Amino acid sequence: METEMELTHAGHSSRLYVSVWIYLLVLTAVEVVLAYMRVFPPAGMLVVLMVLSLVKAGLIMAYFMHLRFERATLFLSLVPAVVVVISLLFVFFPDSMRLLHLRVQ
Amino acid sequence: MATGSVEQLAIANWGGGVSPYGVGHKKLGMWLFIMSDSLTFSALLIGYSYVRLASANWPTPFHLWPSVTMASVMTLLLLSSSLTMVMAVSASSRGERKRAVQFLALTMLGGLGFIVLHLNEWMDLIREGVRLWANPWGVPLFGATFFTLTGLHMLHVASGLIYLGVIATGVARGFFSHEDVEVSGLYWHFVDLVWMFIFPMVYLLSVSSA
Repeated sequence: METEMELTHAGHSSRLYVSVWIYLLVLTAVEVVLAYMRVFPPAGMLVVLMVLSLVKAGLIMAYFMHLRFERATLFLSLVPAVVVVISLLFVFFPDSMRLLHLRVQ
Repeated sequence: MATGSVEQLAIANWGGGVSPYGVGHKKLGMWLFIMSDSLTFSALLIGYSYVRLASANWPTPFHLWPSVTMASVMTLLLLSSSLTMVMAVSASSRGERKRAVQFLALTMLGGLGFIVLHLNEWMDLIREGVRLWANPWGVPLFGATFFTLTGLHMLHVASGLIYLGVIATGVARGFFSHEDVEVSGLYWHFVDLVWMFIFPMVYLLSVSSA
């Protein structure tokens, strides 16, 4: 596949895009099957789904949105900061557990 | 690196200096918008997660048929529309304007199909009694989080349809450059990307045990 790719705006082979699309479809099918069969308890299910979703998001960003073939500086200026900010938002989750335990059931 | 209007523009505006990202201003602008919109959706998703974690009795109303199946079809439509979008950008990069417009039209068709199925689902839920402030099953906030998340996303899909329509018309008439098509592609893939998180977090985590 590498030899088919030209690292210019002139685009890549359609085969690459169709392969990525198939990976995305397969990952989606895996998600649906795992969720419907209740293979994991809710907490584990969430983790599995998040990991799979991150992989799918990564595939879309890297190949469909072309980030993999742009300059590294673009990726580095955009993505790490957003990841840090989103991670910071996680600081609220312990509070949701507090609410859960305080709540009148 | 290919020489083209982006490079010439960069040289003209930078007086011999080099754009640090190697992309035109439109593309950089769209990326910056995408990053900021990602934060918006992240905040909403995390807010939804927070409320859900803090509740006992969160409704899990999505049966395999029709809900999960339809949501999966919607996912398939968006993923396929992303593929046709990438093909459109590819065609546009080779100067194949007619082909690009055809792929753009296919992309719009996928987006339209998504909206039709989604609105249908909304009507079903509303008919069953789900509101922003109540539902027949459990925690009242289910409706608020569901309609806000999917509603904002659907708004993005709809405005994406308008955006792609404008681009397709312009490309057909020779107004827009390849960069314009590429930038519209970035927006469309972003819309798909958000759905990659909404679908599992809203639907797959609320599969009915009935």
